[in-house]
Amino acid sequence: MGGAAPIQHGRGATVPVSTRTPTTREDSPPEPTSGPGGLPIAGVTAASRTRTGRGWRHKGWLRLISPAAVLAIWQIISTTGVVSAQKLPSLTTLWSTAVHLITTSSPTYGTLQGAMAISLERVAIGFAIGGGFGLVLAIVAGLSRFGENTVDPIMQALRTLPLFGLIPVFIVWFGIGEAPKITLIALGAAIPLYLNTFAGIRGVDGKLAELGKVLGLRRSEMIRDIVLPGALPMILVGLRQSLGVAWLALVVAEQINASAGLGYIINQGETFLQQNVIFVALFVYLILGLLTDYIVRLIERRALTWRRGILEA
Amino acid sequence: MATRNSGGVAAERNPEKPGSESSASPVARTRGLSRSFGDHVVLDDLDLDIQRGEFVAMIGRSGTGKSTLLRALAGLDQGVSGELEVTAPVAVVFQEPRLVPWKKVWANVSLGLRTSDPRGVARSALEETGLAARADAWPLTLSGGEAQRAALARALVRDPGLLLLDEPFSALDALTRISTHGLVLSLWERHQPAVLLVTHDVDEALALADRVLVLADGQIAHSATITVDRPRDRDHPDLVSLRIRLLTELGVATRDVS
Repeated sequence: MGGAAPIQHGRGATVPVSTRTPTTREDSPPEPTSGPGGLPIAGVTAASRTRTGRGWRHKGWLRLISPAAVLAIWQIISTTGVVSAQKLPSLTTLWSTAVHLITTSSPTYGTLQGAMAISLERVAIGFAIGGGFGLVLAIVAGLSRFGENTVDPIMQALRTLPLFGLIPVFIVWFGIGEAPKITLIALGAAIPLYLNTFAGIRGVDGKLAELGKVLGLRRSEMIRDIVLPGALPMILVGLRQSLGVAWLALVVAEQINASAGLGYIINQGETFLQQNVIFVALFVYLILGLLTDYIVRLIERRALTWRRGILEA
Repeated sequence: MATRNSGGVAAERNPEKPGSESSASPVARTRGLSRSFGDHVVLDDLDLDIQRGEFVAMIGRSGTGKSTLLRALAGLDQGVSGELEVTAPVAVVFQEPRLVPWKKVWANVSLGLRTSDPRGVARSALEETGLAARADAWPLTLSGGEAQRAALARALVRDPGLLLLDEPFSALDALTRISTHGLVLSLWERHQPAVLLVTHDVDEALALADRVLVLADGQIAHSATITVDRPRDRDHPDLVSLRIRLLTELGVATRDVS
């Protein structure tokens, strides 16, 4: 085996994606091509795949046990007073705070769903721009030496820049409106997708490229039928990391001079010493992050059906 | 530099063309073909003709340039020098099936074909190789023999005038190998391509080929024509004596040559 390991985002930032799902098969390094000759792994039968597939689904609830235990301990230590309610509000308190934030629009906070919509929009726009750039640049760099020599040095340099250290620069350049926030998210999202897609393209089996040549594939067909599908496992790893960084960048961007959004709610909660509100907003971040990660995993499961046999063997 | 005949390139686009040419002209022809990797000479001034519809087997020890020659004929080696002409569409079956794992079997077969009904064309080729039932399977779920039959269908569907087989049976188990030999022969008889089979198995060459070439030191050291009718009994006296001859050529001292 020994495909290229997923490239970690190089800023020391914990990418939420990878910490949340430490052991799922999606996290294993993708195998860019079939094994040696495809023969040793060809013995996997349809029957064995269905069996393991069903087992995975049945045991899915096992993954809920440890988070549930954490929440239970949280509730116990906050209600029994081991930790003061000011430091760690109980889950039941947070629930009623959340309900209150959703049902009533206060001048201080607005509504929770309103803030959520604004934050989601920022991530969506920033991710679309940054991810799009990352993907296109990786394809340009991955397909030719000229592209690599042109694009890669710049991307590698950007990668080493501390993302959040750029905030003051972005404020000077773009003011304090949406532009610096979107730029920050876009830049953060572009890098992991670029790195993984580039590595994925370069990891495509040269024997398949040779096959494409023998079969008389045009360059466009080669890219569509061989290169991009071969790089797809890595592209999806990059996609998940990019989404993680996009959410991270959003949190940071929103705590600076935002007048709406989840980060703004956190800032207001801090100003008015309302820990409950801060915790509720953090929970919303967490849920949104898990949700986007789940969506990518669904895409992964659909797009990579062809290699399920290997992973579950 | 090798010169690839421009007529050959045209013929690749238009499979009807080679049929209209004179049957005396070979589908592949090399003169003074050489290839070296650094100081190591792999092909040394090699002359070879492969006639239309001829089944040629090429044997030789490892590293004698069998695969290099095949890759040159397939247009995959840009470093050869000398004359090289291929005047028919070429298809290759590699040692490993080399199926694209993210395309279903039928899509592998029709990959790169310019046809309005790729699926139908692929299906009929798969029927010929006895794999129609697995047309919608993922390649990684195929057995070794099935995968190689899919690769054969992929070569066949291109209607090649020259079929290059690069040790396509070497990874198969003994039983699968025998049935795949039969399949290759029946496909060859039906479609009549010229075949160049690279192998290191003397018995395989004796069972299949019209002509067996022994490659040694970058040149054709020995050429033997076989006229025994197929299917061949491996104990046929002609084959027994030829086997001894070929093994001697290969420098394998298995028994006394009396």
